[in-house]
Amino acid sequence: MSSRIAKTLTVAAFAASLAACSSVPLDESANNGSGSMGSGSASTGQVMDPFNPQSPLAQQRSVYFEFDSYTVPEQYRSLVEMHASYLSGHAQQKIRIEGNADARGGAEYNLALGQRRSDAVARMMTLLGVNSNQIEAISFGKERPRATGNTEADYAENRRADIVYQR
Amino acid sequence: MAIVTSIKPAPGSSWGAVASSLLLAAAGVFAAGSAQAQLRVDISGVGATQYPIAIADFSGDAQGQAIAEVIRADLTRSGQFQMINATGANLDANSNIAYDDWRNKGADYLAYGSITQNGGQYSVSYRLVDSVGRSQMDGVAFNGSEKELRRISHQIADRIYEKITGVRGVFSTRIAYVLQTGNTYELQIADADGQNPQVMLRSKQSIISPAWSPDGKRLAYVSFELGKPVVYVQTLATGQRVPLANFKGNNSAPAWAPNGQQLALVLSRDGISQIYTIGANGSGLRRVMRSPLIDTEPQYTADGSSLVFTSDRGGNPQIYKVPVGGGDAQRLTFNGSYNISPALSPDGNKLVYVTRRDGAFRIALQDMGSGGEQLLTSGPDDESPSFAPNGMQILYSSVQGGRSVLSVISVDGRVRNTLSALNGKVREPTWGPFTN
Repeated sequence: MSSRIAKTLTVAAFAASLAACSSVPLDESANNGSGSMGSGSASTGQVMDPFNPQSPLAQQRSVYFEFDSYTVPEQYRSLVEMHASYLSGHAQQKIRIEGNADARGGAEYNLALGQRRSDAVARMMTLLGVNSNQIEAISFGKERPRATGNTEADYAENRRADIVYQR
Repeated sequence: MAIVTSIKPAPGSSWGAVASSLLLAAAGVFAAGSAQAQLRVDISGVGATQYPIAIADFSGDAQGQAIAEVIRADLTRSGQFQMINATGANLDANSNIAYDDWRNKGADYLAYGSITQNGGQYSVSYRLVDSVGRSQMDGVAFNGSEKELRRISHQIADRIYEKITGVRGVFSTRIAYVLQTGNTYELQIADADGQNPQVMLRSKQSIISPAWSPDGKRLAYVSFELGKPVVYVQTLATGQRVPLANFKGNNSAPAWAPNGQQLALVLSRDGISQIYTIGANGSGLRRVMRSPLIDTEPQYTADGSSLVFTSDRGGNPQIYKVPVGGGDAQRLTFNGSYNISPALSPDGNKLVYVTRRDGAFRIALQDMGSGGEQLLTSGPDDESPSFAPNGMQILYSSVQGGRSVLSVISVDGRVRNTLSALNGKVREPTWGPFTN
């Protein structure tokens, strides 16, 4: 019995260290996905480097969805186009698109809803010419809420897909 | 392991007072499990029929009182028994029973026994008698270590339950759930009464959807430790864990086939969430069907021939059924616009699921034959229902007074228990199978 406990605790420690090693960039700016930036920004002298915090590629990478909707809103088209343009020119660069859902309802169904959001962004990107091998669309469902409250504003904040560049 | 042997009805002689002097004032308390969070049991409501029974403290060792308390708590929690006071009974396994006295106290049934210790090994003998029929209904002896006494107590309660109700007891089965404390997630296994929790996995990332293998020896679950949902299978006895499905996109919602050789799960490798089957060794991945929208939460029917699952192909999430080899899906739920998380009763006659009604997430039960639906709970946030292996109760998570807890409700909706954690958020519960 004692050896079984020791092993299970080893498993727990192993999992914790795995989690600590995985790098999932946090989104430092929650509400900058307004979509106001034009697709022509690259030509206006801005730095187009997803790993430079000053770059619009780093700052504008969240797509927000309407309630019960899984299509990319028109106002985010230019944002998706900006990323698609960069990815088309950097064929080795890979991204993850992380879908989210609000906290109401079941864990698995919300995981699937978040996936519909990340998949919608991914399909738009591939239609814009990005190789699907550069994109992995996943979902956190309701497991990683950025807003933890129970207001409509909190729910809206979590109906979101984030574009995350992989190093 | 606890060893079971049958014992014959007590002879006519009476020498029951021998062991009683060994009963000490200190109450025997079984050793707690390795996890810190203990669950607390609350009960509300009573069953339609209650069998009056007295459970005497077992004689011979201080642990005998704890054994009787576990048996009483188990039977009380079922809602099907009325406890008759047995204080001062001073019975051991070989006592002569004054049937008329117990009958006059209102106890139609009486359980009693003895416990002795020799070199750290305990021997527990128990008998169950019918005081109306003046006959023995059961008599068994168990051997085990101190840490096995709680399990032995649950096994005695299972025998009493089955002898009297005719239905197999579930007190010695186990449950799995996820306990979230701050940013730490623990996959835990506990006895069916919530006691004796063991941590199977601790992670800084979310864990969801634990699923028991049919033999109760393995758990499949979804862990986010790699920054995305990946399905793992962990062997409980060794702690060994292997990724079963780590395909591009999401890997989630594992469910074991009744034969334990295959699992159904949900992958998004081809776009949105779709249902696949895979061998328990990771071989033979196969897509069950092609759906235009979400298919998720597959569960095998008891014969393994079909899957019930959640899909929003009809415009909102409803529960469907499809042959495991693919084909036309049949819609099962029609009330309300949000029905998810299906689970089938062991006999296949009942379907339990989460339904949203007027903004509240409630547990609903549907008769598979008539289609009639009964709302078992009132919400507001009840999730993750699963049947006890005898089909008599349903385990689910709920929010009460702002706290997330585990709850158990009888299939007739009359008796509800709360297994309440002292701290943290308890979610994703699932009831394990019979294991002996």
